[in-house]
Amino acid sequence: MPTAGPNTVAMAGFIIFIGLSLLITWWAAKKTRSTRDFYAAGGSVTALQNGLALAGDYMSAASFLGIAGMVALNGFDGLIYSIGFLVGWPVVVCLIAEPLRNLGRFTFTDVVAFRLQQAPVRLAATAGSLAVVAFYLIAQMVGAGNLIRLLFGLEYELAVAIVGFVMLAYVLFGGMIATTWVQIVKAVLLLAGAFMLAFMVLLQFSFNPLALFNAAATEYGQSVLAPGRLVSDPIDAISLGLALMFGTAGLPHILMRFYTVPDGRTARVSVMYATALIGGFYLLTFILGFGAMVLVGQDGIRAVDAGGNMAAPLLAQAVGGQAFLGFIAAVAFATILAVVAGLTLAGAAALSHDVYVHMFRHGHASEKEELIVARAATVFLALFAIILGILFKGQNVAYMVGLAFAIAASANFPALVLSMFWKPFTTRGAQASILFGTVATLLLIYVSPTIQIDLLRNETAWFPYRNPGLFTIPLSFAVGVVVSLLTPEPSASEQFAKLEQQIHFGELN
Amino acid sequence: MTAAMSDSKTRLLRVSAARWRLSIILTTIMTLVYVGFILLIAFNKPLLATVLMPGLSLGILLGVLVIITAWVLIVIYVKWANDHYDATVAEIRRAHQEGN
Repeated sequence: MPTAGPNTVAMAGFIIFIGLSLLITWWAAKKTRSTRDFYAAGGSVTALQNGLALAGDYMSAASFLGIAGMVALNGFDGLIYSIGFLVGWPVVVCLIAEPLRNLGRFTFTDVVAFRLQQAPVRLAATAGSLAVVAFYLIAQMVGAGNLIRLLFGLEYELAVAIVGFVMLAYVLFGGMIATTWVQIVKAVLLLAGAFMLAFMVLLQFSFNPLALFNAAATEYGQSVLAPGRLVSDPIDAISLGLALMFGTAGLPHILMRFYTVPDGRTARVSVMYATALIGGFYLLTFILGFGAMVLVGQDGIRAVDAGGNMAAPLLAQAVGGQAFLGFIAAVAFATILAVVAGLTLAGAAALSHDVYVHMFRHGHASEKEELIVARAATVFLALFAIILGILFKGQNVAYMVGLAFAIAASANFPALVLSMFWKPFTTRGAQASILFGTVATLLLIYVSPTIQIDLLRNETAWFPYRNPGLFTIPLSFAVGVVVSLLTPEPSASEQFAKLEQQIHFGELN
Repeated sequence: MTAAMSDSKTRLLRVSAARWRLSIILTTIMTLVYVGFILLIAFNKPLLATVLMPGLSLGILLGVLVIITAWVLIVIYVKWANDHYDATVAEIRRAHQEGN
């Protein structure tokens, strides 16, 4: 029987693999640093490398720990996340990737602000990005906290705090070397780990996934192969589905990846590689989830964490013993570290660069000063993540990331689309759409059953749905359109032709 | 120069329109497939619960197909853009620079 608690072999395996992956990362990053500047990695990253890095950024703890746990506890309904996390990518490649590459310099805000006034748009976009980053961070903290608790037998709260400080140290020290290579190393590790785990599960079912699914259905009833256990309300299902589909195109740390490649073509091809890797990985989550359901058992998974987040590590323990548990836990932890590094840096950059330098110092701040503010912002974000990570104990991390997607789809996606495709879009319209999307989504999450019933232990929640996307995405579009029509901005419409041209050619000289 | 400019402008408009058309068609297909799948989850759970063979429900089969659809659509777009769009844009760009 799998048990929670300290185990020397697992701990040793964990520490060895974490050490190794940090060493590889450090070595690779050092190698890169000598040839390319950190921020201007642009030009050197190939399509396959960027595809791997995109996959690395995208497959966070939510994908590996969260979905496996959700499938293990709820069967089919967990797969809604596997599928939803992937269907956003055609939208990204068809509508967003190339224009983004050709229009911007460093962040998607550059694109929204292309023909609008810089400062007001940047401020609004920072708020949107920070909200997305915060929910993503909380999810990673919950995953990492559970992992450390499972391995070392610490209290959850203490585990989250320790994880938070380890991450803080990693980001402050690794921030400078956390380049594309971090994500590449981690993506390869994660894919290899998930593949090995799935292989060992299927070994017991003569390599027939259907035999595995059937075993799950025999033990827990046919309903695990059918929808309804988790997302019973139709509106909730649609709302979650929309948030997942359109959220991908609004994730700041994913959109940033299109600036590390030389041109639109490489951006496009890199998405093709990324989607193949991510899609393959999500197909594996079917096997990991049902494998954990059958080979570990739902009671065993729930006993360790109510959110089910430890299904994959427990499955590793069941099929490969303590050393394999250590390996899989290390892979998961490396995944979380890499994602957190990227997220924290994106958040800190938004706070220090966009808000502090542009708002308070009107563009006049020394690099040293900016660095101090960036470090302070990192510490602030880490503390914030620790506190909320503790509060959100027992929540599934894939679900938490689903909320981050809802914010991204409501705050960033409408403004991005309107700025590129709708000529009359204005500065006020962009501001209103982004701020409305952010605030409305956060408010609806606050009054949803997740916070009111699960966290605050109230009897009822004012808003009955767990994911607000269905309401906030169309409303954000509407707010952007209405406010733009009320505040015409001739200079913005005049520059639309230039924007259209640059979408195809990039910057012409 | 003006003749070359206006020629390249029409060609740009044409290739731009072709790209948006394909983008919008593919995005629409993805949206319809996925929203259709989600609507089935929302409103016709018994249908998705149909067991096709032991261990395989219609829901799981369709789920796998949605994932494969997403990837096929991306490959179609990337293939078209690599073969046609890039070549045309490069040509227009050349003409444009010569025109200058």
